[in-house]
Amino acid sequence: MKKFWVLTFALLFFFLTACAAPTSVPPTPASQTLTVFAAASLTGAFAELGKGFEVAHPGVNVAFNFGGSQSLRTQLEQGAVADVFASANEEEIQAAVASGLINGEDVQIFATNRLIVILPQDNPARVERLEDLARPGLKLVLAAEEVPVGKYSRDMLDKLENQFGVRFKASVLANVVSSEDNVKQVVVKVQLGEADAGIVYTSDAVAAPELKTISIPAEYNVTAAYPIAVLAASPHSALAKAFVEYVLSAEGQGMMGKWGFGK
Amino acid sequence: MTGNITLTDHSSSHISIRGKSVWLFVVPASALVCLFALPLFALLWRAVEAGLMGQMLEPTALSALRLSLLTSTLATLAAALTGTPLAFALARWPFRGRAWLELLIDLPVVLPPAVAGLALLMAFGRRGVFGGALSAAGISLPFTTAAVVVAQAFVAAPLYVRAARIGFASVDPQLEEAAYAEGANQWQLFRYVMLPVTGRAILGGLVLCWTRALGEFGATILFAGNLEGRTQTMPLAIYLGLERDLGVALALSALLLAISIILLTILRRLENSAVLS
Repeated sequence: MKKFWVLTFALLFFFLTACAAPTSVPPTPASQTLTVFAAASLTGAFAELGKGFEVAHPGVNVAFNFGGSQSLRTQLEQGAVADVFASANEEEIQAAVASGLINGEDVQIFATNRLIVILPQDNPARVERLEDLARPGLKLVLAAEEVPVGKYSRDMLDKLENQFGVRFKASVLANVVSSEDNVKQVVVKVQLGEADAGIVYTSDAVAAPELKTISIPAEYNVTAAYPIAVLAASPHSALAKAFVEYVLSAEGQGMMGKWGFGK
Repeated sequence: MTGNITLTDHSSSHISIRGKSVWLFVVPASALVCLFALPLFALLWRAVEAGLMGQMLEPTALSALRLSLLTSTLATLAAALTGTPLAFALARWPFRGRAWLELLIDLPVVLPPAVAGLALLMAFGRRGVFGGALSAAGISLPFTTAAVVVAQAFVAAPLYVRAARIGFASVDPQLEEAAYAEGANQWQLFRYVMLPVTGRAILGGLVLCWTRALGEFGATILFAGNLEGRTQTMPLAIYLGLERDLGVALALSALLLAISIILLTILRRLENSAVLS
């Protein structure tokens, strides 16, 4: 019994110190925190952009909230305080404009993304060409139709019917074994090798370099435009404008390009 | 059993409530009751506003409901078939490692469902530790309805085993001795003594298991994926419905709430009658 208590206290002590550790570093008194709400697909690129912005603006700390564009917009509508909103589609930012969170003239497109097919490293189903996606028995994972990338994937399949015939989309959709609730889950299912193929953004494929990819010709591909804007109620609007300018600058665009985004 | 009877007598005895100190109990308790009641009330309110019945007849909602009922029933049946002998052994047989086995059975209850789903994938996924053996036998679990049942059984069956074990353990040892004196074997003891006496505990455990299986979300979406008609159960449809049509999500939530209330009421009845018997 004594041993039990010693163990319990040791564990408790461990957790408490582990929790306390980060707060023991006092923040710089003059620091400002810029809060950026950004689409989940921007995770890698914006983390790097944020670091660059912090270097260029000493004393500024950029805090990100990454998530599905739609849930970010809902959070903002429910009163979340933020300075900048970067969405993966125009619908969400237009909805934010409609509800007065953003001034329409502040919205700018800062990046584009396209679709790509990803395959597990060992390619168990031997998928070589886009036509193979329609082969019966293939395990394909897409994002759900409710999510922007899932909608784009289905639009792309529509366009591909011009190339592969009218039955193509139906045959591909018959191979779908799961409609995931966000694009990162599609990547995970392919990384784990549970799925034979998945359709994601090119930027997601850049973030998972171990996966094989099949590119989709531009004439059938879909372009997702990413808009960004300073929020009307931003507590640090000057700094927020500077962040948006930084994203649009040559340096910022270079980083976006490195992460697989276009402009 | 006699202990239980005194307990119920206490709770139903008529001690008059008076004095100002009553508020020390009523105010904080009401705050908690409000926390439980207000969101559920709001959910029902909005669901009715959104046209509850019309939304429930949407094909997505109907197929999710059908799949949920099927899989949770199968998971509960599996729990009954495998969990009953396990609970019996845990309650009646002294053997080495029993404490560890009990710990193992309690683990899925406290694990976050996402951990359960990931563990199932690591074990039975195509690249899982046992995935090769399964595919050699022609079995591929992920993304199938069977995977939903497995995920539900993984998280819900422990609740049944626990309830049944407590039931079996509470049987008067004299009954057991009498059965052995009459020449009964383990099966006869189980069938003609234990089962009739612990019937309510077992039923209660099954209801609990069924409710939990019906509500399973995290392990299912990870291990079985999400496909309408095949792996999209009600909780998954509710979650994805949020991104498309709040009305369907609300209607399904209200329906799930209603089913849970019915099941919990049955459970209460069983518990009360077990105490009084």
